[in-house]
Amino acid sequence: MTTTELEKGTSLWHDATLRLKKNHAAMAGVVVLAVIFLACLVLPSIPDLLQDPNAQSLALKNRPPSGEHWFGTDHLGRDIFSRVLYGGRISIAVGIITTAVSVTIGVCWGALAGYAGGRTDDALMRVVDILYALPFLIIVILLGKAIEPWTVDLTNWAVDLFAGKEASVSRQNETRTWVEPITTLVPLFIAIGALSWLTVSRIVRAQVQNVAKQDFIEAARSLGLGHARILFRHILPNALGPIIVYTTLTIPGIMLFEATLSFLGLGVKPPNSSWGILIEEGANRMASNPWLLFFPSLFFASTLFALNFLGDGLRDALDPKSSKD
Amino acid sequence: MLRPLLLSCLIAIALASCQKQTQVERANEEGIMLVGNSAEPKALDPQLVTGVIESKIIGALFEGLVADDPESDDAMPPGAAVSWEHNEDMTEWTFQLRPEGRWSDNTPLTAHDFVFAYRRMLTPDLAAPYAEMLYFIDKAEAYNKGEIEDFSEVGVRAIDDFTLALRLREPVPFLPSLTRHYTWFPVPRHVVLQHGDIDDRFTPWSELGNLVGNGPFQLSEWRFHDVIEVTRNPHYWDAENVGLNGIRFFPIENPYTEARAFLAGQLHTTYTLPPDLVDTMAADYPQFLRQEPYVGTTFVRLNNTRPALDDARVRRALSLAIDRELLCEHIFEGYTPARSMTPKMGAYEPEPVLSFDPEKGRELLAEAGYPKGKGFPRYSMLISRPSARASAEALQAMWKEHLNILVDIQNKDWGSYISAQQSLEFDMASAGWIGDYLDPTTFLNMWTEGNGNNNTGWHSDAYEELLDKAALQADPAERYRLLAEAEKILMEERPVLPVSWYARNYLHRPEVKGWHPLLLDNHPWKAIHLEP
Amino acid sequence: MIRQILNRLGQGLLVLFVLFTLTFFLVRSLPTGPFKTERAIPEHIQAKMEAYYGLDQPLLVQYQKRLVNLLSGDLGLSLRLEGREVSEIISQSFPVSLQLGLVAIVLAITIGVPLGILAAWRKNSLTDYGAMALAMVGICIPSFVIGPVLADQFGRRMEILPAMGWSPLSPAFWILPALTLGLISAAYLSRLTRAGMLETLNQDFVRTARAKGVSEGRILSHHCLRGGLIPAVAYIGPAFAAIISGSLVIESIFAIPGLGTHFIKSIETGDEPVITGVVLLYGSLIILANIATDLLGVWLNPRLRSTR
Repeated sequence: MTTTELEKGTSLWHDATLRLKKNHAAMAGVVVLAVIFLACLVLPSIPDLLQDPNAQSLALKNRPPSGEHWFGTDHLGRDIFSRVLYGGRISIAVGIITTAVSVTIGVCWGALAGYAGGRTDDALMRVVDILYALPFLIIVILLGKAIEPWTVDLTNWAVDLFAGKEASVSRQNETRTWVEPITTLVPLFIAIGALSWLTVSRIVRAQVQNVAKQDFIEAARSLGLGHARILFRHILPNALGPIIVYTTLTIPGIMLFEATLSFLGLGVKPPNSSWGILIEEGANRMASNPWLLFFPSLFFASTLFALNFLGDGLRDALDPKSSKD
Repeated sequence: MLRPLLLSCLIAIALASCQKQTQVERANEEGIMLVGNSAEPKALDPQLVTGVIESKIIGALFEGLVADDPESDDAMPPGAAVSWEHNEDMTEWTFQLRPEGRWSDNTPLTAHDFVFAYRRMLTPDLAAPYAEMLYFIDKAEAYNKGEIEDFSEVGVRAIDDFTLALRLREPVPFLPSLTRHYTWFPVPRHVVLQHGDIDDRFTPWSELGNLVGNGPFQLSEWRFHDVIEVTRNPHYWDAENVGLNGIRFFPIENPYTEARAFLAGQLHTTYTLPPDLVDTMAADYPQFLRQEPYVGTTFVRLNNTRPALDDARVRRALSLAIDRELLCEHIFEGYTPARSMTPKMGAYEPEPVLSFDPEKGRELLAEAGYPKGKGFPRYSMLISRPSARASAEALQAMWKEHLNILVDIQNKDWGSYISAQQSLEFDMASAGWIGDYLDPTTFLNMWTEGNGNNNTGWHSDAYEELLDKAALQADPAERYRLLAEAEKILMEERPVLPVSWYARNYLHRPEVKGWHPLLLDNHPWKAIHLEP
Repeated sequence: MIRQILNRLGQGLLVLFVLFTLTFFLVRSLPTGPFKTERAIPEHIQAKMEAYYGLDQPLLVQYQKRLVNLLSGDLGLSLRLEGREVSEIISQSFPVSLQLGLVAIVLAITIGVPLGILAAWRKNSLTDYGAMALAMVGICIPSFVIGPVLADQFGRRMEILPAMGWSPLSPAFWILPALTLGLISAAYLSRLTRAGMLETLNQDFVRTARAKGVSEGRILSHHCLRGGLIPAVAYIGPAFAAIISGSLVIESIFAIPGLGTHFIKSIETGDEPVITGVVLLYGSLIILANIATDLLGVWLNPRLRSTR
């Protein structure tokens, strides 16, 4: 969207920002997101500020929240506060990468099918049918195996890059510890994003079909505007609402799916964690130690709430028709 | 649309709450036991299955020559056989069958059924996965591998209708205990052959409506992943002493679901209990919680062909850094710290060699060329189940803390986990082993060269010599001494690192009577009754 | 219209063929297999077992055999459940998933759609925020948390509803799993309905109608409902197919003998015939559901009729 909106000059962006600022729910969303993102991205990077998220102390397992451990400790005596913040990095990264990939593909695929119609539509949508019905889990297992040698090379390359080729084994190990989650997870979740755009494409297609038949599009067409211009400047902006909403809806699904994957050895490796894994581990122990479920869920839910209200605000702000109000 | 639906929901809730009885209370009145059984059985043909889940149901439908005793692991009450005797070196055994023995369709049960069963089990084309269990019989292995074709050469013979003679390839003092395993059970010749040939895997003889057994119960319902129900078999020889009218087996895969179902009054006994719930149950429901020893060992399997791991000093160092007391206290709830590979059983007591001594571990590691963990390769440990995650993370932390060795943890789906080990394409793996019968060989034989369950790349001639010697020894005490000596070699070399000895944690209702702790956990169903 | 449907059904057959081929080769490249058990099976026996199921033949020969059998309506034998017909397994477990799924879908639609309309109508009011917060709760709390909480509350504490199991005739067994399963779809539906309704409420013809003094109720029901439901309808088609063909998580939480349980166990053990059977069933449902939703889309959006 960005490039086409920019063509119109700054006034639309300016208007949109103004409208967004007036929307209290959306602004509250921005603040919450900023706080969570800063907490997860910045706090763990400051040395010695947080406790080691993987340091165990079996004698102190399953302790409720206290001054020492703000969110309590888990079944191995690890500090939940640190684990939630470190885990947030993984979950946020995974959610954003996958959703970005899947929404991009889905919007283009669906818009093309909906706008072109006829045989192109049929062909594109039958591909969607096939991908829908294929067992996703099997594909992901095979995909994980297929890209494994490739990610191993990537990891080694990155370790050499950051630690230096002649570095000692222990220095290399240290580097590997923080490099590996990035080099193994990012390719995998790009691939998963490339497979999970199906519902988005169906929604976009339906929405595009609906808008494309309306009078102002006919008018644009009779003016002799190019297809790309009509599609991206006139149709898609009018279909933006459901796209934004569905985008914000995919993120929680992906974050939880990451937990499922790590039980297949494809997600984040133990002892590292993510919100999805923390919530699953917490769910199993919720009767006796509710804080194990409560705090990760609180972060997870706050992020999603904020994203949704921001999404709704963005939709309103970017609505081409709202300027006429 | 909304209103009728809400209404029907309310009515349903009202109806349900009118039934003031839980399912267990109703079952108590009917004399039916509700049992959590973990998973859907692959089949109920005793000769085609390999699992514990199947053995529970098969134990209700069939009976071996010797029966299980409800209270003791060592007692050998008569089952299909009334009596048995053996020659001096325990290689020739004769079983006297009870003349009143009947199949559940009222056909007489004879020694020929046993001969047929063992023949079918060993028929190469049937490809019975657990045929190995019968290799104790003379020439059975050769017949199963297609090396001989005449079954009369195999050491099984019906002397008359009610006398079964077995000739073994070596002295087997624990043969009566072995015949309690389902691989030794009889199958009804007349029913199996009615549905197909002796080498036919796909016959429906063991499906609902066809299955005929000689156990205290008979099959009456079978819905996949839902329930298997058995009811009293009127033709069972001891039918009047059977205490239950029926048993329902529920294949509940999710142990948390099973625990919830138990607490909601839907089960008399659960198959297991997740370790995370043990503390809560001990506090809130002490009357239901059971923790009993079980013959099994959890261990870390090492690939002995990998650099560093091919050095016994390194393997011992890794073992010395494991604080087994701490693990058992906090993670393996109810388990005992392993002191050797074989858990305690009967008179067999291996030397308790395994201990926690990180100082000694560091010394050994330095001796092997990795002082303070320097230069130690980065290996990863395979796990296959979410439940193995906590213990693996604890081991990882112990090795890092005491030896300064970094080990990764790699989750794998079940298939990859198994095939990586079988093809020696792994570094370390978290594993477990449950004994099949009460003899140390069920834990020791697997570490021989070429054994399909070894998967470590380790073998030792001295070790195998001792096992062979023990196999030929008829004197039980001397036999155990030889086996203990073999185990000592195993523990010095430590191709695998035993961590803990299993316990069975489960929930159990007090109105179930006649159910006592047993090492193999084979509770004879006929001895159980309900006293609400 | 009829020709269009026939055309789509024809395409559906092609889709099923491609599905079968892909599934067959994908499953066969999995590292697992039905004979991979915790205890190693001796090699000579494993070889015999493979021969029994024809797994020792070249892959293409097996593929061809399976295809020929499929065309004659034979789905084959399960490798995991010794000697059982795939058709027997599906015919036992699909009705359970279907029944549970239908109840859940009805719940989802009756809760989700009205909530979404209400929120759009009273946009940016407390009603809107309340309704959408409720929907977000449905999305943020995963079913593996809601399910156990419900089962614990109604099963253990109140002892009025069973915590596990299934009975086709006793609604007490349906309530908790259907509620857990329906909640997420209800949340999605309400969000999508609200978004769709907002798009239409903003259109010029609504402005015109308002200016003419048409009542709000009439604007909602006569002018906006059709267009506003388009995104929800596009979502519900595949979601419907997915829900009635068995939800793995719900079936595991409530120990329900549906298709999802068979499916996951078959994937774990590489039981190709069962996987293929379920995939083909699911594929057929997807195709039918998508045809139905596309038709519904045409009905909701009459302008589409002209071109096709």
